[in-house]
Amino acid sequence: MRYDWDWSVLFTDPYWSWLLSGIGLTLLVSAASWVIALVLGSAIGVMRTVNNRLMRTFAACYVELFRNIPLLVQIFLFYFVLPEVLPTPMGTWLKRGMPYPEFWIAVVSLGLYTACRVAEQVKAGINAAGRGQMNAGLATGLTPVQVYRFILLPVAFRTTIPAMTSEFMNVFKNSSLALTIGVLELTARARQVSEYTYHSLEAFAAASAIYVIISFIVVTLMRQVENRAKVQGTLAAEAH
Amino acid sequence: MDSFDFGAVIAALPILWQGMEVTLLLTVIGTAGGLFGGILLALMRMSKSRSLSVLAASYVDLLRSLPLVLLIFWFYFLVPIIVGHPVGGFYSAVVGFIMFEAAYFCEIIRSGIQGVRRSQVMAGLATGLTEVQCMRFVILPQAVRAMLPLLLLQCINLFKSTSLVYVIGLRDFLTAADLIGGRDGRLIEMYLLVAMVFFVICWAASLAVGRIARRTAS
Repeated sequence: MRYDWDWSVLFTDPYWSWLLSGIGLTLLVSAASWVIALVLGSAIGVMRTVNNRLMRTFAACYVELFRNIPLLVQIFLFYFVLPEVLPTPMGTWLKRGMPYPEFWIAVVSLGLYTACRVAEQVKAGINAAGRGQMNAGLATGLTPVQVYRFILLPVAFRTTIPAMTSEFMNVFKNSSLALTIGVLELTARARQVSEYTYHSLEAFAAASAIYVIISFIVVTLMRQVENRAKVQGTLAAEAH
Repeated sequence: MDSFDFGAVIAALPILWQGMEVTLLLTVIGTAGGLFGGILLALMRMSKSRSLSVLAASYVDLLRSLPLVLLIFWFYFLVPIIVGHPVGGFYSAVVGFIMFEAAYFCEIIRSGIQGVRRSQVMAGLATGLTEVQCMRFVILPQAVRAMLPLLLLQCINLFKSTSLVYVIGLRDFLTAADLIGGRDGRLIEMYLLVAMVFFVICWAASLAVGRIARRTAS
């Protein structure tokens, strides 16, 4: 095995600033997709539990559709196919009109994909809260919407924090797929450094270290949040 | 957009099938190798030797915190350097998927075994079974039943994930469709076809896994 190590390339310009801007874009794509995933995923998750067959079927179809197609294929569908099948003015706007089309298409497709996973967690959280909570809430005179808003959703969000954390880690890792449509996030920047300097291993090691450090920070922070948000009377609270 | 061109799809079928063969091969080898590595890692992780356990745990945590795209690049560059000569994208990807899947399989296997109740083990030992017999006749039958659906879902995930070899230009199903679509100006047909094929296979497979999960649970 022969390989000339030279770690100093990582700290020379412009490679240093490439990696830095890559970190920024990775965080930006992850955060923006996470907002979409959380909002839409919660809505779909709630729809999967309501007493309305049409809404339940729609939500189930959404989950099955987005779960069973590879994320990369979904990104290509949004980036290459969607502008062509939409009416021409809208398609042209998607391709050229809007600012940063690659960035937004990556964010939207990653968000929609992750929403189907978040929806499953929200559904599981609501179901775990139990039918009894729903009936108790209704018996005290709350409307169904109020039961969701004040009882079921708060409990569901608090009990699913560990699962949600791992879903966020998935978005964070999956944001690297944005490189396939030309978003220069961290992995793309690492590859760029590797192509310009031929020091591939140093570049990938640097990117890996950054991913590991950010994951570690997020997991540690979320563990704090989880401890504070424990619902009294559950197994998780007793274990603490 | 002009109308959907079925002719272009049919003409492309032989090349698409070649791509699908690569995808299936990656899935099968990745699953088999990953399962082997995962069992090994899980044994290390649960062994009494502290250093083995820490080593396995660090490996699993490291691989699980890196994006698969980055790992594919890693192995694409690393494998030829270790072997000492160019090996081509396929072998690099195979090694990458095995290493990656091993980490995920390890966690599934470990949680399956640790999910078996302590009292079951004690009862087994109390009836005079040796530790090995206890593992073989008490723990494993229950653990395998619990982890089987998760292992199968992980195979479906791997099948979808193999499409990421697009980034190193390996001609799997998606990349083959992408190349032909680009050549013939039929990208829309090709991407829609790829999405439909993946959907049908993964959906049918996940329904089957759901059925198996219900049967093993009862």
